[in-house]
Formats: sequence, structure tokens, C-alpha cells
Amino acid sequence: MTRLGSVAAVALLAISRIAQLIAVILVIATFNFVLVRAAPGDPAQVMAGQSGASDPKLLDDLRKEYGLDRPYLVQLASHLGRVMSLDLGYSYRQRRAVVDLILERLPATLLLTVTAFCLALLIGTTLGALAGLAAGSVLDTVFTVLSLVLYATPVFWLGLMLVLVFSVTLGWLPPFGYETINVKLSPFEHVLDIMKHMIMPVTSLAAIYLAIYARLMRSSIIEVAQQDFIKTARAKGLSGSRIVVGHMLRNALVPVVTVAGMQAGALVGGAVVIETVFAWPGLGRLTFEALLQRDYPVLLGIFLILSIVVIVLNLLTDLVYRLIDPRMTTGAA
Amino acid sequence: MLHRVTFAEIECVTRGDGEVPMNRREFTKAMLAASAAIPLGITRAAGQTRGGTLNTIIQPEPPVLVTALNQQQPTLTLGGKIYEGLLKYGADLKPMPGMAQSWEISPDGMTYTFKLFPGITFHDGKPMTSEDVVFSCMKVLTETHPRARQNFARVATAEAPDPLTVVFKLKQPFAPFIGCFDCTSAPIVPKHIYDGTDYRKNPMNDKAIGTGPFKLKEWVRGSHVHLVRHDGYYVKDQPYLDEIVYRVIPDAASRALALENGTVQLVQWSDVEFFDVQRFKTQKNLEYTTKGYEYFAPHQWLEMNNRIAPMNDKRFRQAVMHLIDRDAFNKRVYFGNAKVATGPISSKTRFYDANVKRYEFSVDKAKALLDDMGLKPDANGKRAEIKYVVPPYGEVYQRSGEFFRQSFARVGIDLVLVGTDMAGWAEKVGNWDYEMTQNLLYQLGDPALGVARTYISSNIKKGILFSNTQGYSNPEVDKLFEEAAVTLDDAKRQELYTKVQQILVEDVPVAWTLEIEYPVIYDKAFKNIVTSGIGSHETFGSVYKS
Repeated sequence: MTRLGSVAAVALLAISRIAQLIAVILVIATFNFVLVRAAPGDPAQVMAGQSGASDPKLLDDLRKEYGLDRPYLVQLASHLGRVMSLDLGYSYRQRRAVVDLILERLPATLLLTVTAFCLALLIGTTLGALAGLAAGSVLDTVFTVLSLVLYATPVFWLGLMLVLVFSVTLGWLPPFGYETINVKLSPFEHVLDIMKHMIMPVTSLAAIYLAIYARLMRSSIIEVAQQDFIKTARAKGLSGSRIVVGHMLRNALVPVVTVAGMQAGALVGGAVVIETVFAWPGLGRLTFEALLQRDYPVLLGIFLILSIVVIVLNLLTDLVYRLIDPRMTTGAA
Repeated sequence: MLHRVTFAEIECVTRGDGEVPMNRREFTKAMLAASAAIPLGITRAAGQTRGGTLNTIIQPEPPVLVTALNQQQPTLTLGGKIYEGLLKYGADLKPMPGMAQSWEISPDGMTYTFKLFPGITFHDGKPMTSEDVVFSCMKVLTETHPRARQNFARVATAEAPDPLTVVFKLKQPFAPFIGCFDCTSAPIVPKHIYDGTDYRKNPMNDKAIGTGPFKLKEWVRGSHVHLVRHDGYYVKDQPYLDEIVYRVIPDAASRALALENGTVQLVQWSDVEFFDVQRFKTQKNLEYTTKGYEYFAPHQWLEMNNRIAPMNDKRFRQAVMHLIDRDAFNKRVYFGNAKVATGPISSKTRFYDANVKRYEFSVDKAKALLDDMGLKPDANGKRAEIKYVVPPYGEVYQRSGEFFRQSFARVGIDLVLVGTDMAGWAEKVGNWDYEMTQNLLYQLGDPALGVARTYISSNIKKGILFSNTQGYSNPEVDKLFEEAAVTLDDAKRQELYTKVQQILVEDVPVAWTLEIEYPVIYDKAFKNIVTSGIGSHETFGSVYKS
């Protein structure tokens, strides 16, 4: 297939996927609504429960204010209507627009997770490739053991140990938060300050993904190395570096891209545990708190955004497949 | 001339160590004569310095900071610095001046007259007057504050005859009415901002305009709330601190680390887990106290649904009292941060009587009671299976459930632990859809305010948490509680409450376990952290850094 044909096929796929997207979003919005409302309890009860005092008027007032006194189907219709008009509603608990709450928390989460994701992907695939190319060597054994240890280490434990060593014992890094509170910093100092705060949460979060990508890349490289086309390349007299870069890595990356694409969606949802341990004001914590509080509009808003992000990332993953593996542009995939 | 509180004045009006018992009338007279006073125990002015920042914790993050609109504990802790009430209450639960410099109760107990300090301003610079008090109590709080709604429903008229005088006339005497005016029970909000608006949706809620010594500078959700001093505060030189920063740290281990390494200098309530408290007691730079919770007096019990067998039999409930080793429960689950409860009224609350029937830990007595009611073990030694809904308020409640399960197993009762989240627990307990659970309520200084609600039959209301959810009903108890609430004479009230305690301890509507003693742990450099019976909910105007 020509290069032009390949691009046209990708464009067609993108258009067809976008059309599917709208239908899928409505189905997801309905499913989310049903799922969220299936859990016992309502936000009025939670609010009353936490206040240590309650009476019928308080519950009636809150349910009326939240629109929970209306029939279930009316509430569903109202929700879908809002989704269609791109209105995510109003938080019961925080009494603010859901879109504001999400946008307020999203940058912190993206900064944390995208950095961790990129680092994990870069370092993981590099280490995995090195281990795979040197399969059976001491280097391979060291990398394999290291990735196993990282994979098996609970994220919250790693986070707390880092705090204990680098904050409490050595005093090198700030233990919590996104930035130093209540100090005046120049823009450059502010960036440095945020980076300093990022080191431990990013390291904790990246560790597990790094291990996954390293293990995946290693086995993928070993598998590709035994393929006939590699033997052919060698028989043709290609140099070792050309074989590795031009043939082995390109093919070995396909499963890594698949897994990375799936995980990227989850990463946007925020790393609840890491955000909790490091008091990182991100989307993951907002989701968790909204779930506990039964703050339906916030939950539904976040779920919807995440669903869209996952769909878009899957679409991008499909497109990337086709760029790194020309066989997939035939439409068979 | 603006009247300002000075420590010289305090020394003129305090009697000895301030612990001399006074009846209501003597106390009122003393207050009127004094015209101004300050909580006892506050460090003298000479050592106080201006400036400094107090970093502390707020957990979970409050939804709003307006305490008139939300009464969750973190909202009250933080909002207490922003919003004030007319009165404060000492560790002995006696009233002290707040924004009211004096007060008078008519001999028939029907009329309450408060004189406000002059010169009080809201954070937006507008003066706070008696109109704001009447508006807050009779309009806003009766709409948005369940506790205040019940208290002010007893008011026939509320008037503001002049800008510094407020007069409440009650429909009938209500003895604990004077105990309903602290910053958590009756916070004062500005009439010029809220009048004629939907209080809950007022856009100014984000600004949190009160009269307290600190005002809101910044709230970065998920991160911190930054308060700075209110320069127009009416108490001379106060607040001493420049700012208070409340950090949102959701993880308990991280909160403990923050205290350990000095990132925060104050923790309160359950900011640190009970198992961590012991090590902080011995950390040299930290001060530890359990004072400052007297008004709330958190009282905990094992709640049994009285509607369902076998819990509907008094002998079963008495057996439960015998089979829980509450000393061990305190030591092993609460790491000693509690005191064994003897009945429905906390030893910190007024009208407590220790001379009630005691249920010592005795498996044999528990077995005898169960046998007597016919709940005998089957061939496998099993008497019953009961579902216990674990309250979702932290690890300690999970451990409590485990402890109870082991206790019940000793007599052949299989306690099945059921997990749920906050919403699920609230729904199950509120709708009486449970067999056993654990519950904890604040006593609010007077049995009429915080105790009666759990036992009177008029408060059996389906769907409502913190009502008489276990469904206990005893007309004699109802009558005694009602009579005690409207009786003005303290001696007579004590008599009535003693009787009600005796009946309840015999009937065991719930199995009282512990009086929880939450800690306040703070850096020794900070003084006057705890100056009243509401402790860390207090305004912190007098807190300073040495």
C-alpha cells in the first residue's frame, strides 16, 4: 500500500471512530448513571451523617435542592440532556460547577501522571530492551529481579518509605503537597519548587509502570529476535544496530503500545493512592471523595470525562499501531 | 468609648481558681457585675507576642466554611476561627463571654437578654449588631442548622431593642438554653449579605464573611485553607497570630509524619490514629492534652436494634454489657485514649451520676442471662448469629468490630461483620435496617441537648440519623427527660437526671462502651491552644507563639 493510501485509511478509521464515539458516550452516560445510583445511600444522608445532627427538614431540603425528590427517569433524562449540552452540572457537596472542580484538579493530576507515565515508558522500555537483547546474562538477571521487586512493591508503602528516608530522615524533599504554601517565589523558583514536590510521588507512581513495561519489552524483544525476518535481516548482512533499531524494536513495541494505551486512560483518572499519601490535590482524590459522599454530579462528570479520554486514547493507540506496523493498515485489525 | 477586655479586668472578676461552684443566678450576677471576662487558664498578656503562623490539619476537607450551613466537625474546627457565637463555655461548661459581654436570665427562665461588645465588625468592615444576631438565630439557623433549629424553635420572640442588646423570650422555660450560643451551635452571619437570599446558594458563601479573629485569604481545594488576621477584631491586640494554614492531608500516616517533622504544629480530633498518640506524648517539642472536648464529650456505644430478637429482650442487652471487657477494649483498640462509660451521660457532661448499676466484665453472668431468656447454645455451642454493620469512619471502627466479634464468640454468639461505606451505613442505621452497629454522639454540655435525643420515644424517626434509631421506648424516661429540660433548679434537675440514668442503665437501650478522649497535640511554642470546653473549635484569637 502506498503512503497516501495508508494516510487515507487512517483518516477513514478516525472518522468512523468519532461517529461511534458519540453513540458510545450516551450509552456510557446512561450506564454510569444507573451504576452510581445503584449504590445504597444518598448525599443528603451522608451530609447529615457527618454533621452529627439530622432532622426531616434537613434531609427534605437537601434532597429537594439536589433534585433527588424527582422521579428516577426524570433525573436520568435531565442528566442525559445535560450531557448532550456539555453541561456537567453542579456539585452537591461543594456547591460549585463540576467542570470547574475537574479543571481545577486536572492539571495537578496530569502533571503527576503524565510525567510518571513518560518516565516509566522511556526507562522501562529501554531497560526491557537491554535485558531482552542480553537475555540470560547477568545484566538481564539484575534487570529482571529489579523489575519484579518494583512490580511487587505496594505503591503506598514505597511512597511512605520515600517520605521516611528523604523527608523525615534526610530532610531533602518536601513530604507532601503540590507546592510550598504561603511563600513568595519567582516563576522560576516556583517551577523548581513544584518539581521538588513531584520527585517522590512521580517516583512512586512510575515504579510499578516501569516494571510492567520493562518486563513486557524484554519478553517482546526475545520473541521478536527469534522471528524469521530477523534471521533474514542477518543473512542479508545488515549491521546489528540496524537490525535492532529498524526491525526488532519497531516490532517489539506493538504490545507495549497496546498496554501503555490502556494504562494511559487509567492514569488520567488519577493515582488515588499516591494522591492520598502525598496530599496531591488531583482528580483521583476528587473522585474518591465524591464516591464516599455520593456526590453524583461530580462522579458522573468525572466518569464521563474519563470515558471520553479512554475512547480517544484507544483511538490514538489504533492509529499509532498503524504507523509502527504497516501490516495493520490493510483493515484487518 | 469602646470597651475592651483586659486581663486586669479578669483578675477583678474571677473568684479564686474559678472552680467555686455557683448556681445559675449567682453566676449571672457575677457576669453582669464583671461586664467582661475571659476564659480562665489563658496565659497572661505579658508573655504574648504578635506574629507567627500556625500550620495545622483539616481532615476531611470541609465542603464550605460557613458553619451556619454545614456542621461537620472539620467545618466547625476551621469555621470557629471565622465565625463567632455570643458565648463560650469553659471546661466546667459554664458560659463565658463571647461576642456578648454580659447576659441576664429572668427569674422565671423565660427571658434571656444579651449585651454585645461594642465595636464588633464583620470581615467586610460592616458593623455587627443585634439585628445580625436575631437574623442569624431566627432566620438562617432555623433554616439550615438542625441543632439550632430545635433550640430556637423554643423561642417565642427575638428582639433587637438597640444595636447592642438582644432579647429572646421563650415559649416555656428551657434550662439549657444558655448553653446554645457557642460558635458551633449559633454562629452569627451578616444580615446584609444573607437577608432575602437563598442561604445555601449565596455566592458570598465562598468568601466566608464572619466576625472572628481570622478571615479567609485563600482556599486551594484539595490543598489548603489560608486564614489571616482580621485587623478590625474587637478584642484589643488580638489575634496574636498573623495567620493559620489548614492543610488537607488525607492519609493518616502522612498526617503523623507531618506532625513528627514539624510541617504542622497542631493536630486535633482524629487527625492522628490512636495508636500513634503514645509516641507523640513523649516527643519533646510537643504538648499533649485531652482537654477541650468537654462540651462535646464524645460518647460511644454498641447500638442494638431493640425491635429485633434477641435484642428486644432487656436480658440480652444486659448480657452484652457483661460480655464486653471494656477496659481491655479501651487498652487494645483505643490504646488507652478513652474512659469506660458507665451509662448514658458522660462523666464530663452536667448531671452525670456515677452511682448507677455497674456491669462488670463477666462471661458467666452474660451466659446466665442468655440462658435465663431461653437463648441456649445448640449442639455446636452456637446461640445466635447477629449481623454487625461496621461504621466506615476509620480503622479503629474495624478493630472495634473484631473485638466485639471475639467478645460475643465467648458466649456462642456469631457476630458477622458487614462492611459498608458512609452512605451505606447512614442509610442502614437511619432506616433501622441493621441488627447491631457502633455509634458515637456528642453530648453538647447538657443532657437535654445531646443525650435525650437518643432515648426519647418522640425522636424515633425513620430515615433520620442520630435520632432514637435503636427504637427504645419508655414513657417514664420520656417524662423525666421532658421535666428535666424545663426545670430551672439545678438540684431538681440532678434528681431527675439521676433517676433517668438509673432506669436507662437497667434497661440498656444501647451498650455504652467508652467516653472517647481525643487528643490535642501541639508544638510547645504555641500557647493558649486550649482555653475552653470546645478546644480546637475555639476562635484562637488568644493563641500566640512564644
